Amino acid sequence: MARAAVSGGLKVRRTWRPAVVLERRQETPSASTLSLDVPGWTGHLAGQHVDIRLTAPDGYQAARSYSLAAPEDGDRIEITVQAVPDGEVSTYLVGDAQSGDSVEVRGPVGGWFVWRPESSGPVLLVAGGSGVVPLMAMIRSRDRVSQAPFRLIYSVREPKDRIYDHELRRRAAEDGGLDVTFVYTRAAPDGETRPVGRISLDDLVSHSWPAEVEPTCYVCGPTGFVEAVADLLIFMGHDPTKIKTERFGPSGP
Amino acid sequence: MGIISRGFRGRRRDSTRQLPPGQYLTKDFPVLSAGPTPRVPLDTWEFAVTTELGDSHRWSWTELMALPAESITVDIHCVTRWSKLDTDWRGVSIDTLLADVETEADFAMVHSYGGYTTNLPLEDLLDGHAWVAYQYDGEDLPSAHGGPARMLVPHLYFWKSAKWVRGIELMLQDSPGFWEQLGYHDYGDPWREQRYQGD
Repeated sequence: MARAAVSGGLKVRRTWRPAVVLERRQETPSASTLSLDVPGWTGHLAGQHVDIRLTAPDGYQAARSYSLAAPEDGDRIEITVQAVPDGEVSTYLVGDAQSGDSVEVRGPVGGWFVWRPESSGPVLLVAGGSGVVPLMAMIRSRDRVSQAPFRLIYSVREPKDRIYDHELRRRAAEDGGLDVTFVYTRAAPDGETRPVGRISLDDLVSHSWPAEVEPTCYVCGPTGFVEAVADLLIFMGHDPTKIKTERFGPSGP
Repeated sequence: MGIISRGFRGRRRDSTRQLPPGQYLTKDFPVLSAGPTPRVPLDTWEFAVTTELGDSHRWSWTELMALPAESITVDIHCVTRWSKLDTDWRGVSIDTLLADVETEADFAMVHSYGGYTTNLPLEDLLDGHAWVAYQYDGEDLPSAHGGPARMLVPHLYFWKSAKWVRGIELMLQDSPGFWEQLGYHDYGDPWREQRYQGD
């Protein structure tokens, strides 16, 4: 059932395709969104990722996986990349890539951490740092067709680290079916009443869904964050089989 | 050779050891799992081998600890492209666990606490190729890394080394496990870069 995530056979999805950078937008001091034109793209689901491959003039290649940030849109895909210190692919994509540059793309990959627009049940999204990227793809996909109610809890160190800040606020203001809560771990903006600190049981109880509502939970972020949130959700009584996680390792993509 | 990305030089490997294609070296130990980390108390922990006829062989934690253990130093390769060299483990060889098991099976499904599964040819678990590991780097295996015990099948991509292992089901016919149903390769040899189905 879960086997075929999207159209396009396996052979198509595993082929490296040439892609051209259409645009690079800075989201935060250390994260950029790249729009790519991938001729022949066969579509994807929110939550899936792609492999991006770079080739140097001497033939040296490096590939990493990045979450897709936007819903299916013809041959155009978007990824949001957080620069990892010393990351050979991420620093190039965040800092060097320009419109017109060539990369290669393979995918989409991953059929588990996905949200399908035809599902109508409530959804809890919990993001740590750049873990918001695949969750943003879900929020943007939902906007098109689904009435499923979404709640996002988004943990960042400080206000300048918020990716998609304006868009999230705008969507939450315009859309009664989407709640967005920011949690700050190091420094909060003026007027924030919650003391700074890591995401806690209080945050989840106040801003997520009660377990009785049986939401599907998507948790994405650094390993420690995901471990902590998943444990809290289980403590709250959520069904472990409805908690889907995606972790960034300490040296992750 | 792929299409050149303008201005990309990349960093060359800082190791003279060869890595499988498409992998990079890490000194950290990243964690990847599809769901929450199960917490399994040792007093109810159990490991079972079930044959194609339904016969089962079971070990409690105490019984597992009483089996001869081996120290293992191996390189590990994750399908998300990190490789880690010379990792140190301690555990029980699958040869030891299967020594008294009568089976005609050619395939195995490994089952984990939390519901995860992964399939392998049985021969990949034999002849000193695979272990149930319960120590990493001289310490009890942390739960995030699969403790109290996980599979260690280092010659395949690391998703085949199931965390929180609870048993091995021996099968006459192959059948896909969790990631294998979601498009990952049935076998997963890092040196042949078998990441996804069709690779």
